[in-house]
Amino acid sequence: MVPIGHYLFLSAALLGIGIVGVVTRRNVIIILMSVELILNAVNINLVAFSRLVGSVEGHIFAIFIITDAAAEAAVGLGIIIAFFRNRETVLGDEMDILKW
Amino acid sequence: MNVNAIFEAVQPFLLPVLFAVVIVALLPLVAGYIVLVERKVMADMQVRLGPMRVGPHGLLQPIADAVKLLLKEDIIPESADKAIFWGAPLISVTCAMLALSALPIGPFFQIADLNVGLLFILGVSALGIFGIVLGGWASNSHYSLLGALRSAAQLVSYETSAGMAVVGALLLAGTLSTRGIVQEQSDVGAWFVFVAPIGFFIYLVASIAETNRAPFDMPEAESELVAGYMTEYSGFRWALYFLAEYTNMIVVASIATTLFLGGWLRPFASTPFFNFLDFFPPVMMLGIAGYCFYRAPIQPVQLQKLFMAAVGLLCVVMALILAAPLVAPAGSRLAAAKPGIHGAFWFLLKVASYIYVFMWLRFTFPRYRFDQLMKLGWQFLLPLSIVNVAGIAVALTLSRTLGWPRIACFLLTTVLTLASAAWLVRVGEKQPTGIAAEGEFGDA
Amino acid sequence: MLDSVVFYIFAALAVISGILVVTRRNVVHSAIFLATALLSTAGIFLSLHAEFLFIVQIIVYTGGITVLYVFVIMLVNLDVALHQVQFNRQWLVALLLSIVLGAQVAAALALSRGSLYSMPVAPATQLEPNTEQVAWSLFHTYMLPFEVASVLLLVAMIGAVVMSKKRV
Repeated sequence: MVPIGHYLFLSAALLGIGIVGVVTRRNVIIILMSVELILNAVNINLVAFSRLVGSVEGHIFAIFIITDAAAEAAVGLGIIIAFFRNRETVLGDEMDILKW
Repeated sequence: MNVNAIFEAVQPFLLPVLFAVVIVALLPLVAGYIVLVERKVMADMQVRLGPMRVGPHGLLQPIADAVKLLLKEDIIPESADKAIFWGAPLISVTCAMLALSALPIGPFFQIADLNVGLLFILGVSALGIFGIVLGGWASNSHYSLLGALRSAAQLVSYETSAGMAVVGALLLAGTLSTRGIVQEQSDVGAWFVFVAPIGFFIYLVASIAETNRAPFDMPEAESELVAGYMTEYSGFRWALYFLAEYTNMIVVASIATTLFLGGWLRPFASTPFFNFLDFFPPVMMLGIAGYCFYRAPIQPVQLQKLFMAAVGLLCVVMALILAAPLVAPAGSRLAAAKPGIHGAFWFLLKVASYIYVFMWLRFTFPRYRFDQLMKLGWQFLLPLSIVNVAGIAVALTLSRTLGWPRIACFLLTTVLTLASAAWLVRVGEKQPTGIAAEGEFGDA
Repeated sequence: MLDSVVFYIFAALAVISGILVVTRRNVVHSAIFLATALLSTAGIFLSLHAEFLFIVQIIVYTGGITVLYVFVIMLVNLDVALHQVQFNRQWLVALLLSIVLGAQVAAALALSRGSLYSMPVAPATQLEPNTEQVAWSLFHTYMLPFEVASVLLLVAMIGAVVMSKKRV
């Protein structure tokens, strides 16, 4: 029906959009959201190949990636809250305490 | 592309679309009448009569309410985020109605029998939290935001326990499809509430918290937070939130009925000895009709007498519909429709009883304070639900691998789970609650 | 035919939502569009016959992680942030690099021989139940990663609680 290349192209497009988000935006929360987009792109890739090959390994890998994304989002947002309490900012440019 | 080809392509979708249209069209009416029933039940428990003016015995009250809400002025706060303000009630209502699509009202009335039906319902209910949080945010008011955050925190806390209770029943059923679960209860011969009663209790408590009903309705308590996240909504937008809340009640009751109370099965469905129970539905409807005809001459106004008589006639028609498959010759189309019609009746009866228990609890118990609520959710219900799942798994292993009789296994694990519940209660009572406890961990 | 239409609709939704996540000024709008992007991905999973992943995506990602994001946005939101500059000074370079990366991937796909392999089409009555397959594989072959993932979640939970307490 749908050639595998179309799934891969969609995955690459989402990856590119996520990369633009991570590198370009100043707000740390939006950077984290773009990382979630990247992880989703990888998931689509894995599941598409898993369907092509006919095995279920890709699904397992995708489940672990979702688990990992949940853990990372929780800890990352905790860090953001802790930093916000100290410095009242969520912009990545202003998080320069470790600069000399 | 002749008509035949188009019909072939569209045919699998016709029946589900029909059911979906019926449900979406009837749901506001049903929700409105559940509100009326709640007011009548509240009145009954407070020894008064409730709405009596609009229509005989207040039966047209929901229609008056709906007309009022539709005609109210649509007020949007000046500094509110208009797009989200508009979209938040829609998200709530959509998720609530979507959850109804995987639930079987009878063996033949189901929009979609998904393979992962039960998880779908849980997931869509989790999406409903969005509608609440965004609604509170968009109103740009302190009361709304606090109420929304509290409500979302409560929903997230009790969602885990509800999910674990559902998993306990799923272990017994062996399948995620809702039709398969009822089928399994029919095969086993007992409703799962008798096999896993603690799971049912956990689900009951968690579902009351999930729908923001009293005694867990702190987020929308009038004396504390005005109306929580619904403060700035008026008119039809508020009606949408209200509709979402009552639809959630119906969804949660339907899940409990499907999982624990046997779905569309009549009591003792697999025992031929109890076949006389098949006559209970028409007899009950005839009883209600008799009561209506008895009260009709006593009504004060002529119009109300006619209305009461009409309601009685409606009940008689329902009784005839329910009795028809029973007296039809076996093997005819009418007799084959019996599981469908009677199944729908039993399902709706069980859902109605579950919702009645909700209302009963609302008007009996005082409200939980928010920290008591969270403590109950995380420190009592969640450990108990995990122990419950472990217990059911152990019971199933014992009975399938070691061959012990099933009643013994499940009795044993029920007793052990009750013991751990008692221990959790004792541990919870030893900790001081409230202001005295804040000194150790907080920075107040 | 319906399969491909469904895929293209969800793919278009996912890409548009992704672009909107990255470009909105208001962070709450970004979060809503993230939810839309995740739901479109769930739709793509469903069209690939990955039912369990479809459900897990909705429950965990959209119903859990996005709500978490919205919570945190409400806790750290500043009205001042709405009027500040949203993009880095290097945004043009980043955009160009991303486009070049995308073009490279597209060229690699277009020039390879196998990129037009179609998905195997199985009649709907012969599909294996996906949840059972995933569960079997997860609990037999991949038991160790499963346990490690649970420990990871425990560590993340403890970390998040410790991070968010007022006085560590």
